[in-house]
Amino acid sequence: MRTLLLAGTALLTLAGTVVPAAAQVSDNVIRIGVLNDRSGIYADLAGEGSAIAARMAAEEFGNKVAGAPVEIVVADHQNKADIAASKAREWVDTGGVDVIADVPNSAAALAVQGITKDKKRIFLMSGPGATALSGAQCSPYGFHWTYDNYAMAAGTGRALYEQGKKKWFFVTADYAFGQSLEEETTRMVKSLGGTVSGSVRHPLGTPDFSSFLLQAQGSGADVIGLANAGGDTVNAVKQAAEFGITQSGQSLAGLLMFISDVHALGLQSAQGLMLTTGFYWDMDDQTRQWSKKFEAKAGKKPTMVQAGVYSAVKHYLKAVEAAKTDDADKVAAKMRELPVEDMFAKTGRIAANGRMFHDMYLAQVKTPAESKGAWDYYKIVKTIPADTAFMDPKQSGCPLVK
Amino acid sequence: MVSLLGIPPQVLFGQLLLGLINGSFYALLSLGLAVIFGMLNVINFAHGALYMVGAFVAWLLLTYAGVGYWGALIVAPLVVGLLGILLEKSMLSRLYKLDHLYGLLLTFGLALILEGAFRHQYGVSGQPYPIPDALKGGQNLGFMFLPNYRAWVVVASLTICFGTWFAIERTKLGAYLRAATENPTLVQAFGINVPVMVSLTYGFGVALAGLAGVLAAPIYQVSPLMGTNLIIIVFAVVVIGGMGSILGAIVTGLGLGLLEGLTKVFYPEASNIVVFVVMAIVLLIKPAGLFGRER
Repeated sequence: MRTLLLAGTALLTLAGTVVPAAAQVSDNVIRIGVLNDRSGIYADLAGEGSAIAARMAAEEFGNKVAGAPVEIVVADHQNKADIAASKAREWVDTGGVDVIADVPNSAAALAVQGITKDKKRIFLMSGPGATALSGAQCSPYGFHWTYDNYAMAAGTGRALYEQGKKKWFFVTADYAFGQSLEEETTRMVKSLGGTVSGSVRHPLGTPDFSSFLLQAQGSGADVIGLANAGGDTVNAVKQAAEFGITQSGQSLAGLLMFISDVHALGLQSAQGLMLTTGFYWDMDDQTRQWSKKFEAKAGKKPTMVQAGVYSAVKHYLKAVEAAKTDDADKVAAKMRELPVEDMFAKTGRIAANGRMFHDMYLAQVKTPAESKGAWDYYKIVKTIPADTAFMDPKQSGCPLVK
Repeated sequence: MVSLLGIPPQVLFGQLLLGLINGSFYALLSLGLAVIFGMLNVINFAHGALYMVGAFVAWLLLTYAGVGYWGALIVAPLVVGLLGILLEKSMLSRLYKLDHLYGLLLTFGLALILEGAFRHQYGVSGQPYPIPDALKGGQNLGFMFLPNYRAWVVVASLTICFGTWFAIERTKLGAYLRAATENPTLVQAFGINVPVMVSLTYGFGVALAGLAGVLAAPIYQVSPLMGTNLIIIVFAVVVIGGMGSILGAIVTGLGLGLLEGLTKVFYPEASNIVVFVVMAIVLLIKPAGLFGRER
């Protein structure tokens, strides 16, 4: 009896693979894996908020594309490249995941990029900043969506230089992302004629920045560039105020800051900071409307990473719908062909290296007096057009660009 | 400019002073751990989480009750201490007859629950807690700018460390306590209520963690992760100093803070592992720790 049952199950499984219900979509489901930090220092800027954003995109398609249901799965990579890699491998090999989204933490993203490239799965990067992801390590299936370190350097780095802050010192998170951000900003500052008087590297997730700030203070630089993110930036900015760094005439540059960081710091500590962002909830009616929906689900306004996940997932689903298949080659071609148009990117396009070109914004954090209430944090100083915001694909070093 | 091993002296002095400040945090936290281990034989893995709870209590008091820093300095350790007594009475006290490991596992689980609960409620970026007005600003020492608040932290921690050492090693109450841990049956026969004493000791130990949390709140973000960041280092401090040794915890805490400060000058990337390198070396040479007794 038992053998009969087993044989029956085996037959049924076989039948299932031989005659799928919707022929074009593998295993008849579009499965989107949102892989990010859900418990560590990047959990507020990505985390569950990114999963909510992905679900919002799927809902706009009625959770169904090309006749197949859309399913969102989530996992925590704990900011560790090895965990990210094994989760991505598991998802692709046995989980039936068609596309991986978000992956803040560049080290983790670089690991996932390798796997999705080998195994032909679409990779939608909203969280990571390392330029290598659309440069030397680019992939025909990898799409670098929301921002990158070049854009941060071109935005904040240039703006501060133009204010006369010509001598820089870096406080850098010691891993792929921080090093890349320092490198890009150094290149930008030097190309404009500025100098870099030194840098100090700190381990990821450092609670106490006093030693590093003291070195920065002693360097005599005009600007202390914080090449880190999330909780690290927050602690560094807070402690810089304690050591009287801004009062003594030095400026602080949060080279990558998210609205969740500003919210955590409070305007008292964050006021006046210049930052570059790909998204701000209070830009126009579309962004306000979407952000309001997001806030109803998440209890807070979206960061640019979360808005970027929404935009990337939506564009992916649009491409699947248009291509009528989830075959990675065909979908990737469709994604490059279709313009990116949503509340995040009004006139976006995807370049050969996988970089999504869209306008970026230079913002300044409001003073407590200027702010009308919770989340009213940014003054948009200027729009940085897509072409100057991001690196020319020809210079990116991506082998896909001819 | 004169330099020492390629480092300008003002940078070096600055880093040493900062090392002392961090060291006094380590000392305060490891003191609580050492008291709990020395008296109760419990490896209190929940110490970091209770430190975090201390900081959160301060923040909650400020946000919802309008109680400022100075009030929190008294109320928060009391709240954490009471929470500790509750945990000890309801859970830990059942484990004393078992191996050390059970206490460690229980407190580790408690730490995860506490952190998870706060993370769920407040997110990971943390909440801002301002420096009290009286301690704003700082002194220019010539070689560095010393924030008044950090100076206060050093003074407060050292005073508390010395007071605790004095109470345990030099007073009658301390003597009872030490006797009770050596031979509880005998001490009980003298009419001293040992279980109450043990509860109070655990409560006192974790109240020290809560106090450290309040002291830390204006420096770091009040975040559910703050305990995890520190607890591993603090454990290393206690192990190096000798499990349960009060003096060992204080001296090693300060010493390792200084060492870490120096590492940040010469090779910053190694600053978060230097403590463990020292731990490995000490354990090889002196397995009971620098000030510990072989049991």
